[in-house]
Amino acid sequence: MSYLELDNVTKIYPNGTKAVNETSLSISEGELMVFVGPSGCGKSTLLRMIAGLEDITGGEIKLDNRVINKVDPSERDVAMVFQNYALYPHMNVYKNLAYGLKNKGESKEEIEKKVNEVAELLEIKEFLLRKPGQLSGGQRQRVAMGRAIVRNPKAFLFDEPLSNLDAKLRGQVRIEIKKLQKQMGVTSVFVTHDQVEAMTLGDRLAVINEGVIEQVGSPIEVYEKPATYFVAEFIGTPQMNFINGKIHANKFISDEFECSINKDVKDQEVIFGIRPENLKVSANGSIKIKVDLIEKLGADSIIYGYDKSNNYLCYRENGNTKIKANEEISLEIEDENYHLFDQETKKRLN
Amino acid sequence: MSSRTLQFTAHFILWLGVLVMVVPIWIAFASSTHENVDIITEGMKWGLGDKFFDNYNEVLNRKGGFSQEITATSMFINSFIMAFGIATVKVIISAMSAYAIVYFRFRLATPIFWLIFITLLVPLEVRILPSYQIVSDLNLTNSYTGLVLPLVASATATFFFRQFYKSVPDELLEAAKLDGANSWKFFIDFLLPLSKTMIAAMFIFMFVYGYSQYLWPLIMTTDEKYWTVVMGMKIIFQESYEGGNLPRVAERFSYIILSMIPPVLVVIFLQRWFIKGLIQTEK
Repeated sequence: MSYLELDNVTKIYPNGTKAVNETSLSISEGELMVFVGPSGCGKSTLLRMIAGLEDITGGEIKLDNRVINKVDPSERDVAMVFQNYALYPHMNVYKNLAYGLKNKGESKEEIEKKVNEVAELLEIKEFLLRKPGQLSGGQRQRVAMGRAIVRNPKAFLFDEPLSNLDAKLRGQVRIEIKKLQKQMGVTSVFVTHDQVEAMTLGDRLAVINEGVIEQVGSPIEVYEKPATYFVAEFIGTPQMNFINGKIHANKFISDEFECSINKDVKDQEVIFGIRPENLKVSANGSIKIKVDLIEKLGADSIIYGYDKSNNYLCYRENGNTKIKANEEISLEIEDENYHLFDQETKKRLN
Repeated sequence: MSSRTLQFTAHFILWLGVLVMVVPIWIAFASSTHENVDIITEGMKWGLGDKFFDNYNEVLNRKGGFSQEITATSMFINSFIMAFGIATVKVIISAMSAYAIVYFRFRLATPIFWLIFITLLVPLEVRILPSYQIVSDLNLTNSYTGLVLPLVASATATFFFRQFYKSVPDELLEAAKLDGANSWKFFIDFLLPLSKTMIAAMFIFMFVYGYSQYLWPLIMTTDEKYWTVVMGMKIIFQESYEGGNLPRVAERFSYIILSMIPPVLVVIFLQRWFIKGLIQTEK
C-alpha cells in the first residue's frame, strides 16, 4: 500500500524554469526510496516539496492518506537531514534535539526521556552538552540524524547527507543509516547524486533527469534493465559502452560488428549498449579495440581502447590483467547481455 | 631585514601607537590631581598630586548652571540614560528592520532598504530644524523621550545586521521551520543569539554615538535638569573663567577624565562577547 504518494507533482519557478514535471510516484510504508540523478535534475526540489520548503505548483502530495500540499512544514510529520546538517550552532546537542519537541509543547520530562533514548541509540550521549562546533563531521551527522529521529516522524527525508564526509566515513555512515532505517521501519526518501550510495541504500531507486523520473525500480532492476539511455549511461561505473548502429532483419549492424538479436525489434536506428563486465576477450571476437589505457584497481582491471570507428570502449576483467597498452584485442559479448535503445526516443527496445 | 629587526620595528611602532593614545590621558589625569595654581604657573603635570579627592568631589557635587541646580553627577546620569536609551532602541529597531528586509519577501524590499541606507547622508545636524519642530509639536522638549527618540533609527546598524543575516545559511531557517519555529521564534531563538557579538559591537558604537551628542541636547533642553555631560563640558569651561578668580583648570581635567568613564565601562562590560565574536565563529 502506498504511504507517501506523489501525484503529477510539478514545480515551476517564478522565472519559468520547470524543475519538476508532472512526477508521480508511490512509496510504501517502511520503504527507503532513493532519488538519484545528476545535479540540477530536480531531485532536491522534489524532496523539498515533500518537506514543505518549496511550494507545489501543481499536483498533489499525500502522506498517510492526508494531502499535505498546504500543510505547514512543522505539521507534516516529516523530518529532514540536511546536506550540511544545519545544526543549531548556538545550542548544545541536547537543545538541538529538544528544540522541535519543545515547540510541539511536550513536557520537560518527556523531552528528556526521548532525547536520552535517541542519544543512546546513536551513541552520542557523551556529547549532549557540547556545541556542534566542537564535534567532528561524523558526530555532527549523528546529531542531525538524532534530531530527525527524536521527533518520531512519519517520513525521513535525507538531502545528500553524506556528501560532506570523507570517503571512509561515508561508507560507515551509509551502512548505519541503512540499518537504522530498517530497524525503525520509517518510510524514507534519500536524495543523492552518488550512484554507489543509491545502489547500496535504496530498496528502490527513482532515477531522475531534467525534472522527470526516468525509471523506478530495485537497484538490480535498474542496473540490469535500464529503461532509457539516460539511466543506462548514469548508473554503473565504469560507464556502459555505447555503439550507434541500426537493426536490420533482427540483426544489429554497426560499422564495427554485427550481432543477431534475440527479440523482435523492427528495423530502425538504435544505440547498442553493453556493460564493461559483459565483454570478454576471445580470439575470434567481433569487436576489435586498440588498448589505450589500463586502470588496475586490484580486484579488477579496467581496459580502455578505441575501436575502428573511434568509439571509446571499456572492458572490465577480474584480477591483474596481462593486457598491455597499444595491444590489439578482440572482445565478444557474453550471454547476450546487451541493451538496445531507440536513437530518437532513447527508450529501451529489448 | 632580519626577523629580529623586523620584530623590533613592529614593536616600536606598536609602542608608539600606545603612547600616542595613552600619554594625553595620563597627563590629563595627573594634572587633575593638582592645585589650580600649580598648573597655571608650572604647566601640565606628569606626576600625581594630592588634590585628587578635593577636585573630583568639587566637580561631582558642586551645583552649576544658570540657576545653580545641576551637578556633574546628574549630568552623568542624564547622559547615561540618553546614550543607553539610544543604543538599546537603535539595536532593537535595526535588528528587527534588517530581519524584515532579509527574511520577508514584500514588495519594494530592496528600494526600502536603500531608502534606509541613504539616511546615512542626512545626519541629525542637517535635519535639526524639522526634527526640533516635530519634537516640540509633540511636547517632548525637556524630556528623556525627546532626547532619545529622534536618534533611534540607524541605517548603519541596519546595514550591519542585514549583512550578518544574509550570511546565515538558509538551511538553518529551513531546519527551524521543520522544527516548528515561526518567524518570531526564529528571530528570538536563532538570529538574536547568533548575532550576540554583533549586538555587543553595535551597542558599543551606538552608546558612544549617543553619549557624544552635543547639538541635539543643546537645542532640546532648556531645563537644566536634562543637561548632558558634553553640554556640561562647555559650561565648566565657561564658568571656570568667570569672575576674577583663577581658572579652575584642574577641575576641568577631572571633568574630562570622569566623562570618559561611562563609555569605557560599556566597552569593558561588553568586550567579552565582542572578542569572542572575533576569535570564534558560531556559524
